Amino acid sequence: MGFGLLAPALTIMVLMLLLPVMALVMLSFWSQSGFDIDRSFTLENYWKLIEPSDEPTVWFGIPFYLKYPIPVILMIKSLVMSLVATIAVIGLAYPMAYFVAFRVRGNKAFWIILLTIPFWTSYLLRVFSWKIVLGFNGAINSGLMYLGLIDAPLEFLLYNPTAVIITLAHSWVAFAVLPIYVSLEKIDRSLLEAAADLGDSRWQRFWRITLPLSAPGTIAASLLVFIPTVGDYVTPTLVGGPGGTMIGSLVQLLFLRQDNAPLGSAVSIAMMLVIAVLVALLLWAIGYRKMRARRS
Amino acid sequence: MWKRLDGLWIYAVAFIAFIYGPVLLMPLFSLNDSTFATFPLAGFTLRHYGEMFQNQSMMAAVLNSLKIAVIVSLLSTALAVPASLALTRYKLPGGGPIVGFMMLPLVIPSIVIAVALLVIILKFLGIQLSLWTVAAGHILICIPFSMTVLMARLEGFDPSLEEASRDLGCSGWTTFWRVTFPLAMPGVISSLLLGFIISFDEFVIAFFLTGTENTLPVYLYSQLRFPNKLPGTLALGTLILCGSAILVIIAEVIRKRGVQSGNPGDI
Repeated sequence: MGFGLLAPALTIMVLMLLLPVMALVMLSFWSQSGFDIDRSFTLENYWKLIEPSDEPTVWFGIPFYLKYPIPVILMIKSLVMSLVATIAVIGLAYPMAYFVAFRVRGNKAFWIILLTIPFWTSYLLRVFSWKIVLGFNGAINSGLMYLGLIDAPLEFLLYNPTAVIITLAHSWVAFAVLPIYVSLEKIDRSLLEAAADLGDSRWQRFWRITLPLSAPGTIAASLLVFIPTVGDYVTPTLVGGPGGTMIGSLVQLLFLRQDNAPLGSAVSIAMMLVIAVLVALLLWAIGYRKMRARRS
Repeated sequence: MWKRLDGLWIYAVAFIAFIYGPVLLMPLFSLNDSTFATFPLAGFTLRHYGEMFQNQSMMAAVLNSLKIAVIVSLLSTALAVPASLALTRYKLPGGGPIVGFMMLPLVIPSIVIAVALLVIILKFLGIQLSLWTVAAGHILICIPFSMTVLMARLEGFDPSLEEASRDLGCSGWTTFWRVTFPLAMPGVISSLLLGFIISFDEFVIAFFLTGTENTLPVYLYSQLRFPNKLPGTLALGTLILCGSAILVIIAEVIRKRGVQSGNPGDI
């Protein structure tokens, strides 16, 4: 009975998620020859991602001894940019979540809805709004010129990795508040009272009770931000410019412009594997399972 | 406590200003009588809105997006209701991993979902890209959201109400329609609204999977490159933002009314 009810949705998910991802994996072991796909098994696409070369490509002072270094460099760059954005997001979201959990009385729902609305409104438009803010003819430049603080528009605002990181952080920050808020809200208030009775100061209580107990929610929030932003495509395309491209831009390029779907598939699969391995390592390193078990 | 004005309060207000500020520039500049989004403001006008409605290709894109969003929200909710019921009411072996699998679209970057669907559609099945392929992709990403909302709702009310109905002689089907479904109604409505918004605003999957016809975000994206089209784009963006905000508020308010859940995770 239970499986009968589950079957339609599960079937759709298997047909439209599992099979396509398997198709993507298969394609990554095939190769492109002209307009056709050569369906004989090959590791060529993956080899291409790591094929060594004697001539190093230097990027930020790091030499890459690779024939086709773009995917590896973009992957590292995407990971670093997402990591910075994630740290910024958590740093900004945590005090907000703390505020809603501990300071707001009565109309928490109002604040939650206020924080939820931006997440549901068009991602494309939220990213685009930063183009209006930071652009050459944008709000900051025209505003500063109007006030007479600068004579010519500042060109360093838009089309660089910093603009991408700011935009990513802005797009995801409201989303990160919710999981942190939930874990803060679940904290038994009597623990804080007990600590206060036993003479802990406000900071001691925060460091020894609130922060450790809210760690699972905070980690969940950082993963919910980090994982999708690594592969983001909209933000680097709209505000990144040539210097702010990320790995998602390469996938788009390989599929839609260079018509090399097998290589694009290999890049996508490699990207997902790298993210999965990094996340698994992180969770293992901090003992997430134990942390959650202790909480409940 | 409520009135206490301290650092945290100032921070909260600054935070809200930060997340809303850039987005609110869009309505501001859309009412500005100028082709550029710059300060100082030139004067109030509504002409960008008027011009927008004359734009045939934009209206076609609006219609396409509406069609897809309605179909997607209905289908993903229709699929998610029985699935959530199964996962909350029956102790299914492997229930945990199944939920985990169904939530996967939330953490897979949408570009990977898009190219995976593109590959199977074009290289394996040989189907033409169209608005239907976009809708299929959107159903996939809406199901996890619908399930989250519905499962929270179904866990939020007392299962003994259903047991009472069965004890009083109702069949499983009657119990569902007369007890479970009305109680789950707020969840169903917010699942419908959220599915609609997700599909209506989704860009990456639509960009990869659409054929010759545009959805609204894809159309909008194509317009972003032309500086002289900026005011029209801003006007359209403003309308989309207002529409989504209203729908989200309705969805959230409906979801919070009625049966109060003791679970703070159910927000």
